[in-house]
Parts: sequence; structure tokens; C-alpha cells
Amino acid sequence: MTTLLEAKDVSRSFGGVKALAGCSLSVDKGSITGLIGPNGSGKTTLFNVITGYVKPDAGTVSFAGHDVTNARPNKIFALGVGRTFQLTRIFARISVLENMLVATQRDESWLRGLTRSKSSKSELDAAMEWLDFVGLSRLASLQAGSLSYGQRKLLELAYVLVADPDVILLDEPAGGVNLTLINEISEKIRALNKDGKTFLIVEHNMEFVMKICDRVTVMHQGCDLVTGTPDEVRNNPAVLDAYLGVSDEEVDEEVSNA
Amino acid sequence: MPESTAFLRFEGVVAGYGGGDVIKGVNFDVPQGGVTCIVGPNGSGKSTLLKTVSGLIRPRLGQLWFKGTSLVGLTPREILQLGIVQVPQNHSLFKEMTVQQNVELGAFLVKDKKVIAQRLEHVTEIFPIVAERAKDKAGSLSGGQQRLVEFARCLMLEPELVVLDEPSMGLDPKTLRLVFHTIKLMNKAGRTVLLVEQNARQALRMSSYAVVLENGQLRLSGSGAEVLNNPEIGALYLGGSIEETPKAVVSTPSEL
Repeated sequence: MTTLLEAKDVSRSFGGVKALAGCSLSVDKGSITGLIGPNGSGKTTLFNVITGYVKPDAGTVSFAGHDVTNARPNKIFALGVGRTFQLTRIFARISVLENMLVATQRDESWLRGLTRSKSSKSELDAAMEWLDFVGLSRLASLQAGSLSYGQRKLLELAYVLVADPDVILLDEPAGGVNLTLINEISEKIRALNKDGKTFLIVEHNMEFVMKICDRVTVMHQGCDLVTGTPDEVRNNPAVLDAYLGVSDEEVDEEVSNA
Repeated sequence: MPESTAFLRFEGVVAGYGGGDVIKGVNFDVPQGGVTCIVGPNGSGKSTLLKTVSGLIRPRLGQLWFKGTSLVGLTPREILQLGIVQVPQNHSLFKEMTVQQNVELGAFLVKDKKVIAQRLEHVTEIFPIVAERAKDKAGSLSGGQQRLVEFARCLMLEPELVVLDEPSMGLDPKTLRLVFHTIKLMNKAGRTVLLVEQNARQALRMSSYAVVLENGQLRLSGSGAEVLNNPEIGALYLGGSIEETPKAVVSTPSEL
């Protein structure tokens, strides 16, 4: 497999806090790569560096042979790196469908964006198809600001999928989403992956991560701690110590004893 | 049951945001001293229902009773004074203020500085991050860390009823365990807990009572175990893998 997306020795501090301290990550083309780690280990900051929202103090980021280390977010998006946010970012004052249509215009020049007045039928169809997938099609004409938190997360997922990027970065796609829908989303991610889409997913729902990821990188204190298959990672003592605390079964048992 | 004996009672509650009703007539009692969990699909009205409790929205119809007092029409501050504290779903810390300042704000109804200091010490025992990052700006913490600080803040008023909107969201497995453990501790210390949780299987296991909300109406209610083991609810909202959850797990005797 060839590497599609790579971050090398990335560092970044905020004030006195070292969010990233020489972190490396590589995502193979056609893979579903998981990124896990304790709260505050730098996962979201790494996402922000990869997608151009935060400039690294040191290190490089490359995508499909391009050096995108200090590129702007819109340029990285246009190259084919799409993402969602942990805290949803949608346009609250326009409709759900209009939000989707904004996303269909990722590689459009500013001039075309200024002069055109309508979205094409195929854009509308694609937008509705993805809304339907996340169960929001009946809410298409509502103001996006009236959606619940979970629904906003789903809109963001549809929003990034309709833009048809080559690699899709998902920041906690399962957070705040009901379990049945999580299963549907993971099935869809697998189907998209079979069609050639590459995924990088931050998620705390270990069942979800273990089920769909080919490879998992574990972050700890701003560095990559371990990279391996889900099973290798799950059974790694350092990971148990830094992240899981105890195995899932023990957690289940403990909670059931409440 | 006469209204005076119900701890928290929803009575025909209808509520929304002006663009139609989200909650369409909800009736149930939250028992005192327990953990009550609200389960349901995205957009079923769970968060809206919690907001009627904390006074962030006022029901269009119906009544809400807290120990015989009507909550309808009270301001969020008055509801806080009655002993009901809600931790909202969205990140709600003041990002430019320090962690400690944020937590201290949780006791804004308390005037006695000594009491505030004591409580701060107490919540720090449960949430060490409050001390570790005391002087850092809240905005510099990760999403999950901010969540913990929000919990710490809610305990500063020593509430009788703690209302939690998806407490596990964004938390790593270790922290999630800590948070669920903390909820148990809060409950054992006499606080009643009302929570919405998408991590439903784990939440239901520690709930004494649960209701399923669907499209703004109550679909089912019962003990946490009853809801957890209801095959239809399992298929619809709990990932459909409910059969995989052995029933024995629910009735495992406590080792604590």
C-alpha cells in the first residue's frame, strides 16, 4: 500500500501546553485508519494541523505527494481532504439542504461561485441522497440551527461525504449518535472504503474502532505511542495503561455492578 | 400519586422552540434517589425535555413539579436555587477564564468564600484535573477535559437533582469509566440523577429507571434492565445487538 497522507514529527504548542510533541502518522491509501488516545493527547490538534486550521511549530504534512504543511484549509479541502469537527460547524441560518449544497462546491473557482445562481440537478440529488442516508432528508428544508446536537453531527457527516473527498477525516462520528445509527454509519463507511475512499477516524467508541479500522494509531501526550492492527493495539500493555485503563469486559462488568 | 410526594413530575408537558412542538405531551415521574435515564433516537426531544427542567425553555402546555413546587415560569436561577443543576450538552465553559475560575463560578449562588473553598477542595478530589490545570485557560483543554471541568462545576452547588445531557460524549474509555463511577458516587451521596445518554447500554445498566422517548412522546418506561432487554427498543435504538448482551450481566450482584 502507498501512503496517501502523512504527518511527520509534528509539534505544536499553545502557550505553555505542548499539544503535539513530535507526532508522526501515516495513512495508507484505501485504508480505514483509527486514531485513538486519552482526552488531551492531541488528536484534534493533529487533525487541525493536517487540515490547515492550525500551523505546526515544526514537522511536515504531505498529501498525495503535495507538501501541504502550511497550506490554507480551503486549499487542502480542494485537494481532496475532507473533515468533520468534534464540535459541529454548520451554517445555522440556512436550511439543511443549503448546507449540503455549499459542500458540493469544493473545487469551484470563486468566479463561478459568484456568477451561478442555482445548483445542478445532480448536486441536488447527491445532497438529498446523503441526507437520506443519515436520516435527515425529511428535515431538508428546516433551518440547520434548529437541529439537535446529534442531528448536527449527522449533517456534518453528510456534508463531508457529499463533497466527495479522497480522504475523509472524521472527528468522533459516533459521539452523540444513537447506537443503531452508529452501526449503519460504520456499514456505510465500509462500503465507501470498498469503493476506494480512505478514512482517518478519531473515536472513543472502541467497539466502533475495533470493528472497522485496519490500522490504529494510539496517541499519548502529543506523540504517537503505538501503531498496529486493532488487536495488537488492544492487547498492548502501554495502551491499556495510557488509554483503556482496563479491558472492555471489565468496564462492562464494573458498570453493571452499579 | 399526589403531586406533593413526586420528586420530579412531568405532567402533560408540551414544549418546543416556536417552530412546532418538539415535546408532545410527556408524563412521567423521576423517582427520588435513583438514576433515571432518557433514551431515544437523535432528534426525539431528549435535550429539549431536559431544558424544560432547568428552565431554559418554558413548556407551552403542562406542568413540571419538583417536590410539590411548579417549575413552570421559574427562571433558571430560581431553579438552581431549588437544587437542580444541569450540565449542558454543548461545551459551556468560559474559554478565556481559567479552569479554577470556571469551577468557582459554579458556586455563584454561594456567598461564603470558605464554603466555596471547601467545595472546591472536595470536587478536586473527584476531578484532579481541576487542580492540575487550575491556572490554565479553559479553552486550552481538550474536549474531554473540558467535560470533566463542567462536571466539577456542577457539583459546586451540591445539587439535589443533577441533570446530565450526554455525560459520556467525547470522553476516552478511562475517563468515561471515571465519569460513570462519579455519577454512581453522586447518586450514592443522595443526589438524584436524570440523564440523557447515547451510550445507552452502559447507562441503562446503572439506571434504576428509564424512559424511551420517540418523536416527542413516551414510548416505554420501566427499570433500566427492562428497557435494556426490550427486544424492540434494542433493535431500534441500542444497536440491535441487544441479544448479545447476556441477561445475567444486568442482574450480577454487586461486588462493591
